[in-house]
Parts: sequence; C-alpha cells; structure tokens
Amino acid sequence: MDLRELSQLLEPDPLDLDLVHAIQGGLPLVEQPYARIASELNITEEEVIRRLERLLETGDIRRLGVVVRHRELGYRANAMVVWDVPDERVSEIGQLLGRQSCVTLCYRRPRRPGRWPYNLFCMIHGRNREGVLRHLDRLIDDCNLGWIKHDILFSLRQFKQRGAKYISERDESGKRSGQLSASLS
Amino acid sequence: MVAQKETILDRPLNALERRLLNDFQDGFPLTPRPFRTIAERVGSTESEVMTTIQNLQSHRLISRVGPVFRPNRVGASTLAAMEVPKDRLEHVADIVSSYGEVNHNYEREHSLNLWFVVTAEDRESLNRVLQEIEKRSGLEVIDLPMVEDFYINLGFPLQWT
Repeated sequence: MDLRELSQLLEPDPLDLDLVHAIQGGLPLVEQPYARIASELNITEEEVIRRLERLLETGDIRRLGVVVRHRELGYRANAMVVWDVPDERVSEIGQLLGRQSCVTLCYRRPRRPGRWPYNLFCMIHGRNREGVLRHLDRLIDDCNLGWIKHDILFSLRQFKQRGAKYISERDESGKRSGQLSASLS
Repeated sequence: MVAQKETILDRPLNALERRLLNDFQDGFPLTPRPFRTIAERVGSTESEVMTTIQNLQSHRLISRVGPVFRPNRVGASTLAAMEVPKDRLEHVADIVSSYGEVNHNYEREHSLNLWFVVTAEDRESLNRVLQEIEKRSGLEVIDLPMVEDFYINLGFPLQWT
C-alpha cells in the first residue's frame, strides 16, 4: 500500500483541516502568503509549507496553483462523455482516459439497470461544440475506443455553479465537521 | 467568418498572462515568497506577477490561486440525474439549486436533462437531500456516486488561437 492509499484510511489531522479551511478559498495575494496563513493559525511559516508539501505528497491536495475558469477563457462548450465499459476493463480504460490531455475529469460510477447503462464518465472542454467533438474523435482513435458504446451530454444551461466548499465552519463546540470533497465541473 | 473573442478582456492576453494561466496550474512554489520565485522563472518582477494575477482574478479568468482537493477525502458526494419534463425544468432546477449541498446544477442534452452534484457531511445527510428533492418534485432522482477516480492530468492545457 502506498502513502496515497494509506492516507485515505486515516482520519484527517485537525491542524490539516484548519489549514485546508484557511486556504480553500485561495492563497492570499501577498508577498508572503504562507507566513500570513501561519499567523492566522498560530504556527510557523515552515510548518505551513511542510504540511502543504505533505498534503500534496499524499494526494489530499491534488494540485496547488492557478485555478482557471474555462468558460471565461473562451472554453464555452463542455461535454460529459459516458461509456459502457465491461466491468473487468473499466479501471484500465479509466486510467487511459484520465491521462489524455483533453480529459479534465474521469470517474467510474455505478450503472442503474433499466435507467442508466454507463459506468465511466469523463469531461471534455472545448471552445465550442465542434472543438469538443474533434477532441472526442481523436480520443476514440488514439485510445482505440471505437468498440465501446458511448454517449455525449453537452451542457446547456448552467443553473448553479459555485466553488465547492470543502470544510464547513466550526460548530458551537468548536468541532470542525470535516468535509473534503471536490465536484464535477 | 467572425473571429471569436478570446476572453472577456478587450485585448488578447499578453505573454505574461498566458504563462501564468498555463504554466502555474500545478506546482505553485512552496517558497516563502512564491510570487518572486515565479517572477524569476518567467523573467518578470514580483509586483508585476502579483498585479497580473490580481487583474486576471478581477476579470474572473481565474477563480483563485490555491489548492484543488482530492474528491471524497471525507464526507460524501454524488452526481445525480433527473428526467424533467421540459415545461417544468426551470421550476425543478430552482428546487435543486435551493439546497446548500448542491454546488453544480446543469441542464444537459439528454432525456436525463438535469444533472447536479451534491456534497454533504455524510451519506445519510446526502440521502436526505436526494429524497427531499424527489418528494418536492415528484420525480425520480438517479444517484451516481463516484466509485473510482481516474483523474491523472494536472491542470488544463490552454490553447491560444
């Protein structure tokens, strides 16, 4: 078992939760952002940096950096592409899809017999519908996926989209109700 | 053919903006002065890097400089889908969006035409939200929780046309 798998079995460290809460909305745009966070948490700058390094190493933080807004950058089309992959091959194909540069998210989800036949979901963004379809054609070619039944669900109206809140505020007892979950965008 | 406007800025993005948008989605420096580290790497100054990021943020081209977390570290989340008659879609979408636990809610092109993500403290609270939505809308909610995460890419490669 590697560090990444192990860390998922452990309860999150309370100070890590405080740190995540402090940075989930973004780092402060000051010359020394880690020192600023450290003073809020009453720990040292080195401790903040060390903990961030560790959270990145365990994969609890997947990446740290600029989070771009696809729509505003002109990537107005997004499609959820869903695949009906034989169960014994879904991990292999999922990993293959997850490595392609046009794929921004790739998850296995359950089928619902009679209602929903697809077990692999990925997101593809593009400047427009044609761009997304071109990406998909190339993806099917490059990864040899022509034999897998798939469907394309383009987004139409966006009724709600807000940055996921990962950790809620403390309750009266000062206990943090831990919640770290990202979502499909 | 009309050239498509690239961004909501009135001008094309400059070289520094493009580099900041493209090259720093991952691997943000964990140094005491990260903006200075970036400046050294891109041949700029700390204050110019900070001002440019501030500007990109105020134009809403970036949502933040910060972490992206692993899904489902703690708590529960799911992707849910509903088949909503066209004339009721806005009404049902409003019901769905009214829950604080819902953070994305999209119309999609399919007979299952409403798709939303729900995150809650635990599976029980999550089920409560889904059941309430079913009850209030009188429609079935299909619950598709993540089983395995295959996301490997770091960041999103931008193409400048």
